[in-house]
Amino acid sequence: MTLQTREQMIEALLFASAVTAVVIVLLIMVFLFKEGAPFILKYGIHTFCLGMEWNPIAINGEPSYGIFPMIVGSVYIAAGSLVLAVPLGISCAVFLVEIAPPWAQMVIRRGIELLVGIPSVVLGFFGLVLLVPLIRDIAGGFGFSILAGSVILAIMALPHIISISADAITAVPQTYKQASLALGATRWHTIRNVILPAARSGIAASVILGMGNSIGETMAVLMVTGNSPILPEPLYDVLDPVRTMTANIVIEMNYAAPGDHRQALFATGIVLFVMVAILNVISHRALRSRMEAGR
Amino acid sequence: MSAAVRSRIFSADTTDRAASLLLWASAAATVLILVYIIGTIVYRGIGVIDISFILDSPRMSGAEGGIFPAITGTLCLVGVAILTAGPVGVGAAVYLTEYAPDNAVTHIITFGVECLAGIPSIVIGLFGYAFLVVYLGFGFSILSGGLALMFMILPWTVRASEEAIKTVSGDLKEGSLALGATKWQTIRQVVLPNALPGITTGVILGTGKAIGETAVIMYTAGSSLLLPESIFEPVRALPYHLYILASEGISDEMAYGSAAVLLGMVLLINFVAIAIQRYYQTRSGLRH
Repeated sequence: MTLQTREQMIEALLFASAVTAVVIVLLIMVFLFKEGAPFILKYGIHTFCLGMEWNPIAINGEPSYGIFPMIVGSVYIAAGSLVLAVPLGISCAVFLVEIAPPWAQMVIRRGIELLVGIPSVVLGFFGLVLLVPLIRDIAGGFGFSILAGSVILAIMALPHIISISADAITAVPQTYKQASLALGATRWHTIRNVILPAARSGIAASVILGMGNSIGETMAVLMVTGNSPILPEPLYDVLDPVRTMTANIVIEMNYAAPGDHRQALFATGIVLFVMVAILNVISHRALRSRMEAGR
Repeated sequence: MSAAVRSRIFSADTTDRAASLLLWASAAATVLILVYIIGTIVYRGIGVIDISFILDSPRMSGAEGGIFPAITGTLCLVGVAILTAGPVGVGAAVYLTEYAPDNAVTHIITFGVECLAGIPSIVIGLFGYAFLVVYLGFGFSILSGGLALMFMILPWTVRASEEAIKTVSGDLKEGSLALGATKWQTIRQVVLPNALPGITTGVILGTGKAIGETAVIMYTAGSSLLLPESIFEPVRALPYHLYILASEGISDEMAYGSAAVLLGMVLLINFVAIAIQRYYQTRSGLRH
């Protein structure tokens, strides 16, 4: 074999490795849609996504497959987690970049690395044995609730929000900061009126990315939210249990018979996939346009 | 200085102090949450862990005995995932950094890697079930679960390897090419050895992610508590075992023990990865 054909073969092999990820994404879409799309078309996208009742094993009468309460559940918990994690995360990021002495920076950076590493099932377990009883004792109700899910997801989102926001804040040109300080502004005024506005788009990207991650999260929410497939009543009651789309799939794949029920779970997967994909695309766009604007 | 000016300066100063206090408090809160979670799991779990907990099989669906089959299962699954995601990820990274022309195909590839990283783990699990378990007929097995995990960690190994390869200095490469080495010879003997610490770190961090992952393997690897004899047999991974112990209320004690072992494995692996990274960073820092 000549050196040149060898080089070409190797390049082909490397190209094949590079294409693998694309092939996997395509296969995922093909199989997800092959299993779930016929059901959505048959049952009606409207009745499926906006239907209020999920009752796949109806003892008498027609089974119903409405996932609206679970879409609400997923979005509710993800939004709740951001309400908790965003203020704390951004404060931490500002602290990390602008205020922290070196030792504190090191503690926080190590802390973030550790926090990212905790498996979601371990966090879910922590929620189940400590947070749920705590909520039950303090606020009443079952403890398994939107609140419990939001708190656990907030803990998971925190390290990502801190590190992306910290990058965005670090990227703000030093000259902005120096100009503001030279004008006599205090450190806090500079942070609030110069640094945060300049880092706005990067921080927004981290928030949207966090939303996508939270909606896609499975184990941690599954273990603390109670999993009842109905809307909270009244809607603002954060102590009510809910079921997320991810939890719906995990719980029912165990016993779903092949046919409508199993296909409805793949269809739930499609809705989940599409929602998360949209959020990811928006956040990547935001990050990229920021990078390009920065050049 | 007039009283008005003095009081404005004073109030600006107070706000500044109050704000920094608040920022300090938020950082402290974050660290405390972390310490509390890890502390509780370790504190309640450590008493359960002894040699027989690690090396025995579970009895009475896990209410007694140990977690040996679950640890074995996890290691087998992660082994398959790393052995497949490692080479493919590094190959993809080499292609993207050294070969890829700036064209539509390359953009599609990078977009594909980004997409795969964003797909929720349960969706990968569903796909693994439909494609690996049913369509390819691998059944609930180490092979199905390991490959499903590979789909999940592949984007991370690609990215980490890309980062590592990009840091290799252009001078080294040009030196090699100038000596008449081919592109591949340069990559194999100059670029990859220099990027190895970064690549290793990336792959080890991928291992850490894979060890704790549950949703991907629930419907691909099965739930058997027997020791596997080949990669075509089902296993129950440690995180899934923990989930079953906790959610079915089998035993809180055993669940704490399992959680502590799982956490210990993940933290140890992350620690090793970060230590490798730091070691090479300081070494290369000294050299330059």
